[in-house]
Amino acid sequence: MTLNAEHEIHRRRRSRNVGLALVLVSFVVLVFGLTVVKVKQGDMMEGFDHQPRVSVLPPEPEASR
Amino acid sequence: MIGWSDQHDSQIEETMTDTNAYPGVPEAEFGDFVALLKPRVMSLVVFTAFVGLWVAPVEVHPFVAFCSVLFIAVGGGASGALNMWYDADIDAVMRRTKGRPIPSGRIEEGTALALGLILAGFAVMMLGLAANWFAAAFLAFTIFFYAVVYTIWLKRWTPQNIVIGGAAGAFPPMIGWACATGGISIESLLMFALIFFWTPPHFWALALFMKSDYHEAKVPMLTVTHGHAATRRHIFAYTLVLAPFAIWLGLTPVGGPIYMAASVVLNVLFIHGGWQILRRDEKESIADGYAVERRVFKLSLYYLFLHFVALLVQNWMGTW
Repeated sequence: MTLNAEHEIHRRRRSRNVGLALVLVSFVVLVFGLTVVKVKQGDMMEGFDHQPRVSVLPPEPEASR
Repeated sequence: MIGWSDQHDSQIEETMTDTNAYPGVPEAEFGDFVALLKPRVMSLVVFTAFVGLWVAPVEVHPFVAFCSVLFIAVGGGASGALNMWYDADIDAVMRRTKGRPIPSGRIEEGTALALGLILAGFAVMMLGLAANWFAAAFLAFTIFFYAVVYTIWLKRWTPQNIVIGGAAGAFPPMIGWACATGGISIESLLMFALIFFWTPPHFWALALFMKSDYHEAKVPMLTVTHGHAATRRHIFAYTLVLAPFAIWLGLTPVGGPIYMAASVVLNVLFIHGGWQILRRDEKESIADGYAVERRVFKLSLYYLFLHFVALLVQNWMGTW
């Protein structure tokens, strides 16, 4: 069997490659989106450097007295 | 190429010039890998997990909810791939499953096993990171239950295979609920019960008119081991057991008048269908090509779908 310019097997391989590319790109988008959401929902953490946000921390026992 | 035999030379030449390294075995395309994940089963998993997550009393960020349902679906797909890997010999015998990627030779068994294991690990890790680790552990248990307890252990051993194994298909709404709440409650247990007790009459109605396939594959389906009369009794009994759980769900905080009305109607119809199956004998069924059994099977699909739709609508309109 000779190798034609466009064979059935090329179509199958292309579908695998395109499918895998889409899966990988989707994964990157998901991880990025989840990161954004998690950082924004970080509650007592600052989004930019993960430092505790002093303004929302519970008061120290000494300070509350 | 000194020292290489003619056979090697011809093999290399064939590999280099032929478009297929394995003559007679077609290469898989992307759709074959998707088919390995049982997309139709995944659709049920996605829908019920989504409803479980949506009706839970804890608000979840829409993107986290989307990702959670997606990872539950991937976990379900992993179970499907592991199931197809182990059941390749059965699938090759049954008419309905002969064309699946492994028996048709498009995907090798080892590839299916690897894909199933990798996707299972991926789905559990990602669900843990996206939602919480209780939901992730629950998903891991569900995959184990479907792949090992049902597929490897129960399916070829007991006619009660789908009764116990049906639990795997009933866990997704509990996992969805756990994604939102981080735990289990009576509502999620009743959603589990709804699918768990629905599975046997659903599958046995199918088995009544697909009997030859299971028989040839030597799967101990109730129709093969105990006969059709016993299967008919079991179908009716399960429709009776199912109804109280379905209606009880309507009395919990996720229920309401819309769900209750839908549930009562659907259960009356399903019990009536079970009763009709019970009263028929083989002669009647063969005469009309199992018309009633086919109708009840179709009704069972609507039964489950509409119960979960009713939960969504009720949540949107306001619960009790």
